[in-house]
Amino acid sequence: MAADPMMPLGGRTRLAAAGARAATESALRNPNRADRATGAIFLALLLLGIGVAMAGLAAILIWSLIEGAPRLGLELLTNGPSTVRPEQAGFRTSILGSIMVVGGVLVLIVPVGVGAAIYLEEYADRERWWNRLIELNIQNLAGVPSIVFGILGLAFIVRGPLSLGFVAAAASLTLALLVLPTVIIAAREAIRAVPPSIREGSLALGATRWQTIRRQVLPAALPGILTGVILSVARATGEAAPLLLVGAVTFVTFDPSFFEGAYSTLPVQIFNYSNRPQAEFRVLAMAGVIVMLGLVLLMNSFAVWLRNRYEQSW
Amino acid sequence: MSLTDNAASGTGITRRSLEASSPRLGEKAIFLFLALCGLLSVAVTSAIVVSLLLPTIDFFRQVPLSAFFLDTVWAPRQATGRFGVWPVVVGSLNIVIWALLVAIPVGLASAIYLSEYASSRVRKIVKPVLEVLAGIPTVAIGLFAFWFLRPAAETALPFLDWGSLFSVGVAGVAVGLMIVPLVASISDDAMRAVPRALREGGYGLGANKLKVSLRIVFPGAISGIVASIVLAGSRAVGETMVVLIAAGRTPNITFDPTKSVQTMTAYIGGTATGDIPTGTLDYDTIFAVGTLLFVMTLTLNVFAIRLVRRFREEYE
Repeated sequence: MAADPMMPLGGRTRLAAAGARAATESALRNPNRADRATGAIFLALLLLGIGVAMAGLAAILIWSLIEGAPRLGLELLTNGPSTVRPEQAGFRTSILGSIMVVGGVLVLIVPVGVGAAIYLEEYADRERWWNRLIELNIQNLAGVPSIVFGILGLAFIVRGPLSLGFVAAAASLTLALLVLPTVIIAAREAIRAVPPSIREGSLALGATRWQTIRRQVLPAALPGILTGVILSVARATGEAAPLLLVGAVTFVTFDPSFFEGAYSTLPVQIFNYSNRPQAEFRVLAMAGVIVMLGLVLLMNSFAVWLRNRYEQSW
Repeated sequence: MSLTDNAASGTGITRRSLEASSPRLGEKAIFLFLALCGLLSVAVTSAIVVSLLLPTIDFFRQVPLSAFFLDTVWAPRQATGRFGVWPVVVGSLNIVIWALLVAIPVGLASAIYLSEYASSRVRKIVKPVLEVLAGIPTVAIGLFAFWFLRPAAETALPFLDWGSLFSVGVAGVAVGLMIVPLVASISDDAMRAVPRALREGGYGLGANKLKVSLRIVFPGAISGIVASIVLAGSRAVGETMVVLIAAGRTPNITFDPTKSVQTMTAYIGGTATGDIPTGTLDYDTIFAVGTLLFVMTLTLNVFAIRLVRRFREEYE
């Protein structure tokens, strides 16, 4: 007490200092109990929310595995479909159809999607109205419901100007248009993340614009672009709604071909089986769901892993 | 340029032009190809608009606008067709309401947890898992709703009248589950874009984490959060397979969650499966409903894109 430097200033200052200290301590060290309780309840609610989200989505996977397990086996993949003997029917033709359709999607979206992204990021002048129009247009296309692309496929690709008919190629084209905005947006983000100094260095050494893009920008942006492409292919693999309109519902008993003849895809075949009343078809449909989920989630996991693994900070 | 070169060489110093020595046709061809790729997206949109509008115009030549918008009975395939579009619009609205009732609380709680509370280790696991789960095909979600959620709901709520195998409430909840990752992911991004200094200012003034989250970060990210909800709503309007499988195909103006309804998407997906001949009224009806769906989702998306742009501009 005697050493207190405040002492000579008298009792009022000391009182004020003590009061301030008490107020500070009560505010910082000893939060009021009601506050702490609401904080805990709030955190509990947040955990409940994210718990419900994860549990709900996980339940879909677990339930599918349980329901479809009895029919899991190689003949599920190798046997063709059948309406009369569900216990022996499989997904052979629809898996082949899916591979064809999705392969077509891949071939279409990589050059066009990456090309559009390069144009918008490397060449386009933002001040020009047509470039802004393209940009806005892509953002809006990304939100158009998939069934509307089915209508486009029916009116423009199956019939109308292209008149391909109800074939796998029409399905490829429809799904490619559906996922194209996603590919472009992902590729643009990857290209934008490459710092300008890399380009400037390359240009200063005498490389042309395209050489700079091909040898510097694209390799650096590759993981991001690949992630976008894989996510889009996964989406195309699981998509069913637009294919209902472009003819994938037919029951295909022989191996499909790309440009002619009937075809089906895995998700549409699952939907088809699930519409039948017998219990065996239910198990069969769920076994198909396991195959589809396995494929799609594997692709998605790989894409997310790829992005997180190769995410570069320059 | 060669003129100025010659003039320069006149002074005794030879200057090299900085212009390319060859016309670089390859570069020009590549530019042309890339520009065409960019233009393709505009072509796709135009094709969508044209392919929707032409049959829609045909449709309205045969069915007056008043019969479409003012009638309340939707029975387009019957001989004496009634084309009141409200039952399918209300069906879609039902799905959106139930889906958002699930997705808003669950998605926002997940987003606040991920952005404000989760340690970086938890975040690094949970966020990718949510992203992967966001890719579950909708056919799988639809079957889950129809064969698992619907019986489960009947067991859990036995006092409701579960007359139909189909239930719009169950389908809506399943769609809600589907769009949770979308809400969570966009809202999380928006909240993380709120600068640290704002949070620290809050803590400096003695606010606790709850208050910082709800009164500083949440309002600061509100445009992004609203955008995520609008986008989720637009996804719910456009969702087809879940609704087709779990909500049935009965056009119905009702807000009873246990009833079967038909949505706009379920009508299109359920009717257009066969080989319907072009130019018939059936065929045109699909396009009329498609146009309505397109206009609705486009409006929502344009609104959401504006909002997202606002929150990006605010803090960068």
